[in-house]
Amino acid sequence: MKRMSNTRKIVSVAVVFLIYFLAWFAEARLGTNSMLITVLKKGAVYALIAASMNLLNGFTGLFSLGQAGFMLVGAYVYAVFTIPLKRHAAVYQYYNGGIIQFELPMLVALLLAGIVAALLAALVGLPVLRLKSDYLAIATLGFAEIIRAIVQWDTLGPITNGSNLLKTYPTFKDAKIFGSTVLFPFLVSGVCIVVILLLINSTYGRAFKAIRDDEIAAEAMGVNLFRTKELAFVISCFFAGIGGALLAMFQGTVQANSFKSSMTYDILLMVVIGGMGSISGSVVASFLYIACSEWWLRFLDNELVIGTFHVPLLRSGFRMVVFSAVIMVVVLFFRKGLMGDKELWNLQLNRERRLRR
Amino acid sequence: MFNQLLPYLLAGVSVGGQYALIAVGYTMVYGILRLINFAHGDVFTAAGFFMVYLMASMPLGVAAPLVILLTVALGFTLERVAYKPLRQAPRMSVMISAIGASYLLQNLMWYVTGGLAKQYPVLPLLSDSVQIGAASTKVVTLVTPVLTVLLVVALQLLIKHTKIGMAMRAVSVDFETSQLMGIKINSVISTTFIIGSALAAVGSMLYFTNYSTVTPTVGAMPGLKAFVAAVFGGIGSIPGAVIGAFIIGICENLIKAAGYTAFSDAFTFALLILVLLFRPTGLFGEKTAEKV
Repeated sequence: MKRMSNTRKIVSVAVVFLIYFLAWFAEARLGTNSMLITVLKKGAVYALIAASMNLLNGFTGLFSLGQAGFMLVGAYVYAVFTIPLKRHAAVYQYYNGGIIQFELPMLVALLLAGIVAALLAALVGLPVLRLKSDYLAIATLGFAEIIRAIVQWDTLGPITNGSNLLKTYPTFKDAKIFGSTVLFPFLVSGVCIVVILLLINSTYGRAFKAIRDDEIAAEAMGVNLFRTKELAFVISCFFAGIGGALLAMFQGTVQANSFKSSMTYDILLMVVIGGMGSISGSVVASFLYIACSEWWLRFLDNELVIGTFHVPLLRSGFRMVVFSAVIMVVVLFFRKGLMGDKELWNLQLNRERRLRR
Repeated sequence: MFNQLLPYLLAGVSVGGQYALIAVGYTMVYGILRLINFAHGDVFTAAGFFMVYLMASMPLGVAAPLVILLTVALGFTLERVAYKPLRQAPRMSVMISAIGASYLLQNLMWYVTGGLAKQYPVLPLLSDSVQIGAASTKVVTLVTPVLTVLLVVALQLLIKHTKIGMAMRAVSVDFETSQLMGIKINSVISTTFIIGSALAAVGSMLYFTNYSTVTPTVGAMPGLKAFVAAVFGGIGSIPGAVIGAFIIGICENLIKAAGYTAFSDAFTFALLILVLLFRPTGLFGEKTAEKV
């Protein structure tokens, strides 16, 4: 990794602050329920999850499709431990108020969500990480499905509420910073992404990339294959857990049934669009993905009549068809995605280098 | 005891046969392209929708061959559009393309159908009830295993004794060398997709007769399970996939019989993980040496 010059660092920090300020300003002007703010919040949550998946798939070369499972764990840990005690009777109405008779502060629960997901990942990783490429993919996908089945199991109902909704836990509305709901997801997600970036640029990160590029060569250079893969897996799932908890906060309710493999595919597509091996690419792609699917392409779902001309094709569902067709074009013809394996702040640098050459 | 289990066993054998017909498509494509064709389950669902729309206006005798034809056309197009451009790309890219294609197919089906579950037409003969011992079931339950075995035997004959079959075997052993030997790999790969889609179309007729409604995402789960069956039997091996599918179908229904319905899906994946850990080549898979 090229060391960042001091001016570059200062500019990066300033840009981040500017973005945060603009987000805060936008919410102050447009109100909390505007589409832009909703997209920004959801985008921030998915940015973290996509970055965590990129750490595994793009940087370590481990094709894992278990992200939804670990998000599910994170979301449930957060929700279960933060539902206010006096609401237990209402939420766990089929299970006599549940058996967890305490509640944790929001931030502690958020951290715990990551830790539990990471511990589970450590266990799952022991057998699964011995597998390669598509076998690894299908095994992690399988584990995610197993986790989903276990959480919905009736016997665990007093803890997980079975297949019923978990609700009334604190959401972004209860985590206002300067009167703004958008700053909390931005801050948490931002801090986590910075940690991921620091990790990628550390010795560990170099070991991850060595494994991605050539396992055998990496092993010959003294990288402990299994331990490094396990580390990448655990860290990625830790952040997926936190991301899941943030998603729970965003949604206001969680239900295991929504964490299907299609959720993992969504995140994978974000990573691919942003570029495998570019954290900033993942972040940008997540915001774009969410904005397109939730907001900018909405007009495709509504029938449109201009004068007497009835615009063909436009009706409910067309948005997703166009959207997935665009994704296919990216996957087929722009395989590097938006950023390839470059980071935003290195783009300028590369251009300078090219000029010098 | 036996009388209580009988309906579950029958359902298991029937579902197993349906998984087998899908699994053959997975295992053949994997054998040749080393690609998990994630969109195969959606091709299977699309076959269900073709039937829904065609049966609205024509008799079964015309609709059934047309469904197979349309599904084959879909499978062929899928390969040409989503996989052929990526022949030289890393395997990960092809797999991502498969996931993207599956996403596109699901959204397309959602758009066309308006997202509502469609009632699957009652197929004459197949939907009739029969009495076996103490259990009452549909004719399709009995037809499925027989038809599956017949189709798979025919497929085995095709692969073992015809020129195109020989070409398929050659391509699955070594992609590049067979190309050098003058085999047109693109037409071999297309044939593989055509056979796989045709079997999926037959499988979908049998499957949906039992389940009565079709939704755009209904194929994902049977698709994944059929893939597990293919891995369990040893990916690349057609008899292995069939046996694996029957075992999974029966076990799944026995678990339902034991009262753990919620875990019938999870069981399939647990089985997959166990197989991958202890016998990664499956029951009948060929051993492959690790190449540097």
